[in-house]
Amino acid sequence: MTIVAEAPLVNTVPTDQELIDFVVREARLIDQQRFDEWLALYADDAFYWMPLEWNQTDPRLTCSLMYEDKLLLSIRVERLKGARTFSQKPKSRCHHVLQTPQVDSRDAAANRYVTWTPMHYIETRLDEQTLYAAWATHHLSVEDGRLKIKLKRVDLINCDAAFGNIQLFM
Amino acid sequence: MSRYAGNSAAIRALVRDQEVHRDVYVSEEVFQLEMEHMFPNSWVYVGHDSQVPNPGDYFGTTIGTQPVLLVRHSDGKVHVLHNRCPHKGTRITSETCGNTGKFFRCPYHAWSFKTDGSLLAIPLKKGYENTGFEQSHAASGMAPVRHIRNYRGFVFAKINDGGLDFEEFFGESLSSLDNMIDRSPVGQLKVAGGVLRYMHNCNWKMLVENQTDTCHPMVAHESSAGTVVEVWKKAPHGTRKPMAVEIIAPFMSPYEFFENMGIRIWDNGHGHTGVHHSIHSDYSAVPGYFEKMTAAYGEERAKAILGEARHNTVYFPNIMIKGPIQLLRQFKPIAANKTLVESWTFQLVDAPDMLLERTLMYNRLINAPTSIVGHDDLEMYERAQEGLHSNGNEWVNLQRLYSPDEAGQTNVAINGTSEWPMRHQFRAWTKFMTMGM
Repeated sequence: MTIVAEAPLVNTVPTDQELIDFVVREARLIDQQRFDEWLALYADDAFYWMPLEWNQTDPRLTCSLMYEDKLLLSIRVERLKGARTFSQKPKSRCHHVLQTPQVDSRDAAANRYVTWTPMHYIETRLDEQTLYAAWATHHLSVEDGRLKIKLKRVDLINCDAAFGNIQLFM
Repeated sequence: MSRYAGNSAAIRALVRDQEVHRDVYVSEEVFQLEMEHMFPNSWVYVGHDSQVPNPGDYFGTTIGTQPVLLVRHSDGKVHVLHNRCPHKGTRITSETCGNTGKFFRCPYHAWSFKTDGSLLAIPLKKGYENTGFEQSHAASGMAPVRHIRNYRGFVFAKINDGGLDFEEFFGESLSSLDNMIDRSPVGQLKVAGGVLRYMHNCNWKMLVENQTDTCHPMVAHESSAGTVVEVWKKAPHGTRKPMAVEIIAPFMSPYEFFENMGIRIWDNGHGHTGVHHSIHSDYSAVPGYFEKMTAAYGEERAKAILGEARHNTVYFPNIMIKGPIQLLRQFKPIAANKTLVESWTFQLVDAPDMLLERTLMYNRLINAPTSIVGHDDLEMYERAQEGLHSNGNEWVNLQRLYSPDEAGQTNVAINGTSEWPMRHQFRAWTKFMTMGM
């Protein structure tokens, strides 16, 4: 496995290519199961949101598959390392296929950048392999010269379907 | 080869005082007999009437594996109809829920039905003249489920004419539904927040049993709840405990906690954990809620309602409710080794939104296909479904705290780690399986 280190931004305002590289890198860290590095891409007040409803607008009074702050995400990452995490014995693996992320909006003054990335995500464990299709929306901002995720929203094309276990991160 | 059909002695032999035969989980024939006898003989939860507030509103679900519709008729009453056209069997509705207006219309040949199921019209009706059509099954329209009961919004149905009436079937267990409903200052619940649907490759009864299994949380959930406790320990001193930690951490409570929590047994397989306290007992107060409850009920009654800590109430055969957090899970059988788990949530009408927020957080943290707690449980069910194919031992042991005089006892509170509720569910299972065989 090739480990590619993260490069700091060249300027305070990221280029479109830097935003795209960041989103691609995030998926790569998940696929390579480098979850501590992955978690470090998230701002302290970040949320990871996977809606349950099509076009969902409210994460609070409408249920979601995931709506997790960094504490909950770090619990997931720790759990994956656990000696008694039986649902990960053997471990799951995953694979992202991304379309080139599109930069939907950039507001340097407000330090807010939004990208949109259609993707296929495959999760596998033992003899089972499941394909999911989704759109990832990244809300990014620059903190101390590095891009951070403020919100990652993953909209599954079949968000309201009955799923089996989804154990890793899309 | 048929081993169990029409053979009530063979069915009875599957359930012993302290163990059950693995065929109750793995045999497709036993599963088919459950669908043919056990579910139709029982009062099965169909839905909540807040899902169909207006005339013409419908909601499609299943009783066992049979498709049915919950529908609000023009007279304001709810009906439960078999969801098939009496002509060729086509499922009538296109969406899971919606409004059909004044009548249902089959999309295949345009037969139409009133919202109580009765036949309204058939195109080219004269083609049925002098055919004896009036005496056909089709002439009576979409067949209604005849025995239905709307209990304070919760609609239950029984397909067969035999069996017990509603009160006899549920008895004192309805107090758990009452308590969940009474937690609204106006005594009313509303389905809210969406339903989580989670597919399980295991038998539906493993899920029902697990609702009163209090010896697994600190073991199977060490990976999730144990990690929550460990991560939370590292939080800087004085950090306010987040709602999520309040929800998951109690799963790691020690055995003594669950022993003392208590279990209550009612008739017909119903029962609940959390007689004295439960993992839901120590949630932070929601601002303004107690004041509203006191204004509605008076302080003493409000305290009594909110003081109930009932953890999981199992209504045989296939639902569980959590009164303190307004949640209902239904374990829908699909095959001997396949179950769809639906987790529904309710809003307490006229109570602060933060209660619904907590209910929804609980649901996604514990019951979602993306839930780490759910992953822990499903792993165990699927391993059991696989392990039961071993011929080294054909029996599942349910012996913990067994007492020979327990059969026939009802409304008793017992040690919170007893497997009595599971033995009790299987006594009911035998009763409703063989009733009418």
